[in-house]
Amino acid sequence: MNLKLKVWRQKNAKTPGKMVDYDAPGISPDMSFLEMLDVVNDGLIRKGDEPIAFDHDCREGICGSCSLHINGRPHGPLKGVTVCQLHMRSFKDGDTVVIEPWRAKAFPVIKDLVTDRSALDRIQQAGGFVTVGTGGVPDANAIPISKEIADQAFDAATCIQCGACVAACKNASAMLFVSAKISQLALLPQGQVERKTRVENMVAQMDEEGFGACSVTGACEAECPKGISISNIARMNREYYSAMATSEHVDLK
Amino acid sequence: MSWFTKSFNSSIGKKLIMALTGLFLCSFLVIHLIGNLQLLKNDGGEAFNIYAKFMTHNPLIKTISYLLYASILGHAFYGLNLAFNNKKARPVDYYTTDNQSTWSSRNMAILGTMLLVFIAVHMADFWWRYHNDNTIPYKSYASEFGSPQVLKDLYGMVMFAFKTEWIVAFYVISMIAMAYHLLHGFQSGFQTLGLNHKKYTPLVKSFGFIFAIIIPAAFALIPIWVYLDLGNVFFN
Repeated sequence: MNLKLKVWRQKNAKTPGKMVDYDAPGISPDMSFLEMLDVVNDGLIRKGDEPIAFDHDCREGICGSCSLHINGRPHGPLKGVTVCQLHMRSFKDGDTVVIEPWRAKAFPVIKDLVTDRSALDRIQQAGGFVTVGTGGVPDANAIPISKEIADQAFDAATCIQCGACVAACKNASAMLFVSAKISQLALLPQGQVERKTRVENMVAQMDEEGFGACSVTGACEAECPKGISISNIARMNREYYSAMATSEHVDLK
Repeated sequence: MSWFTKSFNSSIGKKLIMALTGLFLCSFLVIHLIGNLQLLKNDGGEAFNIYAKFMTHNPLIKTISYLLYASILGHAFYGLNLAFNNKKARPVDYYTTDNQSTWSSRNMAILGTMLLVFIAVHMADFWWRYHNDNTIPYKSYASEFGSPQVLKDLYGMVMFAFKTEWIVAFYVISMIAMAYHLLHGFQSGFQTLGLNHKKYTPLVKSFGFIFAIIIPAAFALIPIWVYLDLGNVFFN
C-alpha cells in the first residue's frame, strides 16, 4: 500500500517546527506503525536527509515510550493499543496520515515527534511510592485486602506513563495519570501510611509542571491504551479533599 | 502557604468550587422555574406579582439571594480562570484532532460566557428595574378581606418584554446554551466532588440528562408562551 504522510518536523526545542509531506510507498499492511516509520526513515537516510525522530522502546505495548498523535488521536485510531501495536492494516491504500507529537506545555518537543515527558517522572518522585518497609513477597491471602479492591488497584497500576491522557485532553491535564498512581497506592494497605502526604505532594507537583485542570470530557479514558477509568480521578479528588480537611500539614509547599 | 489557600488554588480546589457553586445554581434553577411558571397563569399577574414581592422582601430569601449572587460570580470567575489556565497548558495546538468527547464538555467556557451575558441582560431588564425604576406602574388586586393589594407590576413588564421578537429569540437561544451547559455540567459536578460509584453514577447521568432538557425547555416555554399568547389560545 502507498500512503502520504504529514509529519511534524522540528529541529530542537528552540526552533519552530512545521508539518512536512512525505510519500510512503510500498508499505505492507502487516507492518506495525513504527516499522512503517522505520521504512520511511530508511528512505530518508539513503537520500541523505535527516530521519524522523520518534520515541520507541519495547515495541510490545508495555513500556509507554511510543507517543504519536496519529490522525488527531493519541496512539492512532484503535482502542486500547499503543502506537507500536497499531498495524498498517488499520489504514487504507492512498490514505493521508497526520503524525504529530504530544502537545502540552509540560511536554516540550525535544526533536520532531520526541517530547520530554520527565514532568510525569517528577510527579511520581513527589509521592508515587511507599517508603515504609513492606517486607518480601507476602504469602497468598496474608494482606488484608479483598479481591475486588486488589483488582481495582491492579487496574490503576496498569498505567504505563505514556502520557496519552495528557495528549488527548483539551486542557493537557495529567489527572488520569496522577489519579491512577494515587489510586493504586491508596487502595492497597501498604499505601496507607503516606496516603495524605502523597496526594498533597503529587497534586502540587502536577500543578507546578503546568498541566491543565480536569474538565471531565472523558477524552483521556477513551484514548488510554490501558483503559484506565476516570473513576480514578473521582477517587483522587476524594483523597485530595480528605487530605485537605484532615492532614497534619497546616503549611503546604 | 497555608493549607487553605494552597488547596483552594490547586487545580482540584478550583474545580471543587466550580462543582459546589454549579450544583447550588442547579438547585436555584428549580426554585426560579417554579416561581416563573406562575407567569403562565391567566390571572392578570396576581400570583406572580405577589410572589415577586415575597421574593424581594422575605429576609431569609434575601440572605440566600446574596449567596446566590456570590455563587454566580464565583462560578464565572473560577470558570474563566480555569479556562485561561487550561488554554495555557497547550501553547501549540494540534494540526488535526479527532475528539473522543462530547461537544458540550469541550465548550463549557463558551457556553458559560453566553449564560453570564444572559444573566447580566436578564437582571438588568427585570431585577435592576424592579428594584430601582420608579416609573414601574403599580397594579391593585381585589382582596377578599379589607383593602386591595397594591403591587409593583413585574408581570406587566415581563409581558411587555416578551412581545419583542429579539428578546424572545435571545431568551430561547440562551436556554439552548444552558441545556448544553447542564448536559455536561450536572454529571461533571458529581464526578468532581468525587461522587463516582457504579451504583449511583448511572442514575446521576440519567437524572442529569433529563434535568438538562426539562429545565431549560420549561424556561424557554415562558417567552414563547407570552409571545404567541398561548394562554388565551388554550384557556379562552
